[in-house]
Amino acid sequence: MRRLWIGLTYAVFALLIVVPLVKIATGSLEDGVSGLLDALLRPEALHALMMTGIIVVFVTLINTVFGVMLAIYLVRAAWLHPRIKGLLNSIVDLPYAVSPVIGGLMIVLLVGPDTALGALLEGAGIKIVYALPGMVIATLFVTFPLMVREVMPVLQEIGSQQEEAATMLGAYSWYTFWKVTWPSIRWGVIYGVVLTVARTLGEFGAVLVVSGNIMNLTQTATTLVYQDVENFNVVAANGVALVLAAFSVGLLLLMEWAKKRKEVH
Amino acid sequence: MNIRLRSSWWSFGFRSAILLYFFLLVILPIFGIYVQSFSLGWGAFADSVADPIAWKAVLLTVRLAVLAALINVALGTMIGWVLIRYRFPGRRVLNSLVDLPFALPTAVGGLMILLLLGPNSWAGLAAEKLGFEIVFHEPAIVIAMVFVTFPFVIRGVQPLLEEMDASEEEAAYTMGASRPRTFFRVILPTMLPGIVSGGMLAFSRALAEFGAVVLVAGNIPGRTLVASVYIFGQIESDDTQAAAAVSVLLLTLSFLILWGINLVQGRRKRT
Repeated sequence: MRRLWIGLTYAVFALLIVVPLVKIATGSLEDGVSGLLDALLRPEALHALMMTGIIVVFVTLINTVFGVMLAIYLVRAAWLHPRIKGLLNSIVDLPYAVSPVIGGLMIVLLVGPDTALGALLEGAGIKIVYALPGMVIATLFVTFPLMVREVMPVLQEIGSQQEEAATMLGAYSWYTFWKVTWPSIRWGVIYGVVLTVARTLGEFGAVLVVSGNIMNLTQTATTLVYQDVENFNVVAANGVALVLAAFSVGLLLLMEWAKKRKEVH
Repeated sequence: MNIRLRSSWWSFGFRSAILLYFFLLVILPIFGIYVQSFSLGWGAFADSVADPIAWKAVLLTVRLAVLAALINVALGTMIGWVLIRYRFPGRRVLNSLVDLPFALPTAVGGLMILLLLGPNSWAGLAAEKLGFEIVFHEPAIVIAMVFVTFPFVIRGVQPLLEEMDASEEEAAYTMGASRPRTFFRVILPTMLPGIVSGGMLAFSRALAEFGAVVLVAGNIPGRTLVASVYIFGQIESDDTQAAAAVSVLLLTLSFLILWGINLVQGRRKRT
């Protein structure tokens, strides 16, 4: 009985996860190493990977700062009524339930070129939709809950006694945060950062809608994979996908490491 | 006093900035999409949803997402159980691999399925000989959904099994209950909240899935066009009102599921 279950588990993992990963690697090497290099060194591939990198940097920075602050307010703030806190707390999860395509649509509807706000901004020379700012906003929307949800349970667990003690002893809130709160939430934040980076690297639906997928301009790595597949250029798609998959596996290893460190505290 | 005053101004500014960010990024867009879908009145909303391609897409999505969630409930319950209860070589590696579908870009997941089961692959040819097709048909959509939602049930079940009091199980054995009986009467009820909330999460994620599905579905209107791809098509052809109407349908469904999950988890905490 026991053997059967373990064997079945191995079979599911092999079929669903290991074989596909291997297939991506062998598929990208179908035309040899030079084929893989050609696929990766195309100007549009380099530009797409650069766009993905830029978005990762912006989104991770903004999401970390705002996510940690919001988590602190949702757990600690005495100036918010508990009811309002509960309501905001359940709203945090909403982006999980929203299809990425719908997330992108929301941004097009609010600040797209056809809307009043979008036209106003465009008049001022700021392009949001079909440009980098829109792509960053769309990814921020999708990754919003990740950081808050990682940090909140840690804050609840450590309680507020130490912080109160620090404040009573005369420390300013900034000082209290760095000296008392930060050391305990550090690993939760790092775990949240890894999750955010992984989600941002892989974001596809929302970015596709908002970016317009313009080659060498707003194309990201995932939307380039999509376009290559649509153009039946599967070997090239595999090359870019291999890079993305390698990053994901690396992030997964980081996650395991961060999880272990998180448990120590 | 001066420093106190300045710091309270600072914290007021900080609070407002964070709450404003939250409002602008999350609440306003969701509100905006509901407004947009009814911008031309109820009639236009009903027309957009009643369009045969639209409601067929929604029905297809719901049907396949239910199927994918059920498959994941079965697989996830088994794997969650095996990974917690048994000690065997490679257990820790498998346990870390569970999260891979979350870490992997969904478009890459779709490409994998296309490569493995596509028309030129070994599995694709075998299936063709047997007289059915996988890629660009419903099976591929279900496989894509199962892949993307794979971790939910496992991660829902594992903590419950870990927390479970061994004495309950031992008591059942001592009183002469058989293994299957113990499993169904003692262990399964403990796992149930995790299975239910994991299954619901998997369902709502499968409803929303776009990246993996768009690559493998073939997207034939009325047959393999799922709701999120339909919405994407409407946006591309500049019919944002129709896109918003179908979005509202999907969103409302997802919000109800999210609310249901909260209820299930809330009950768990109280007992």
